[in-house]
Amino acid sequence: MFEYFNPYRIFKINSTLQKIILFCFISVLSVGLVEALFLSPEDYLQKDSVRIMYVHVPAAWISLGIFSLIALLSVSVFLFKNKNFILITKSLAPSGMLFTLIALVTGSIWGKPTWGTWWAWDARITSMLILFILYVLYILTFRIFEDQDKSNKISSIIAIVGAINIPIIKFSVDWWNTLHQPASISLTEESAIHSSMLIPLIIMTAAFALFSSLIFLMKYNTELIKVKNKGLKRL
Amino acid sequence: MISDLISMNGYGAYVWSAFAFTLISFSSLYFIIKLQLEKEQKRFEENFSTLAEEKYNVAVNKEIYKEILKSSGAKI
Repeated sequence: MFEYFNPYRIFKINSTLQKIILFCFISVLSVGLVEALFLSPEDYLQKDSVRIMYVHVPAAWISLGIFSLIALLSVSVFLFKNKNFILITKSLAPSGMLFTLIALVTGSIWGKPTWGTWWAWDARITSMLILFILYVLYILTFRIFEDQDKSNKISSIIAIVGAINIPIIKFSVDWWNTLHQPASISLTEESAIHSSMLIPLIIMTAAFALFSSLIFLMKYNTELIKVKNKGLKRL
Repeated sequence: MISDLISMNGYGAYVWSAFAFTLISFSSLYFIIKLQLEKEQKRFEENFSTLAEEKYNVAVNKEIYKEILKSSGAKI
């Protein structure tokens, strides 16, 4: 199975995939922006401010998805001792951190016209801020500790312990009284959002997912070249 | 018509700033990662070209090294 995680194989596929994904990202994002900004209807209550949802929600979803993946792969690092998993998690982190920042900033911008405040120590917002801090700590670990084994262990622990925060973010709206509304979209139930708003939301989510894949591939190649640079010196 | 699109019933400043922040963040991260990748490729090329002949002969047969040099446009 681990043959599929062979660095040479991934590097070769990466170089080709990057151009295709960049093209798909620009195309899907263009369609998504037109839909989100001009074609989708305004909300009966929130009016045009609802359009912020099309960047805020996909960013939040993807930031959670990426951290869950990092946590899962970090468990695999401990179980299988496969160093390539560390390269993968390290390459996923920058886009995850950026999406968390986007979710926080756009959420703050959306909060002003909707709730009348830029910031509130609400359960969902606070747990998202914790997620951002976890991403920063995760990335900083590789810069702070020069000993690779030590940085790999500490970053994996941060990801695994930090994974506790994921269900807290997800269920914070059910467990506590928060300013956020309960989830409108569920995989098991029918969506509470009308298709005229759901379609742009799905398109923007696809665009954001493509962007995170692009950044992942570029970062993975960068990290792999770094490793091989050290390997050249040891030849 | 255009002013309506820009003002968005008074919510324009919020909507446009949220989208602008997102797009600027995307561009910034893309160019930062691209610069890092190019810097590493350049460093690899430099290290590869300064290898002693014996080491060069070992390195030149490794698939991954060939692929890295190919991706940066270097000739072996």
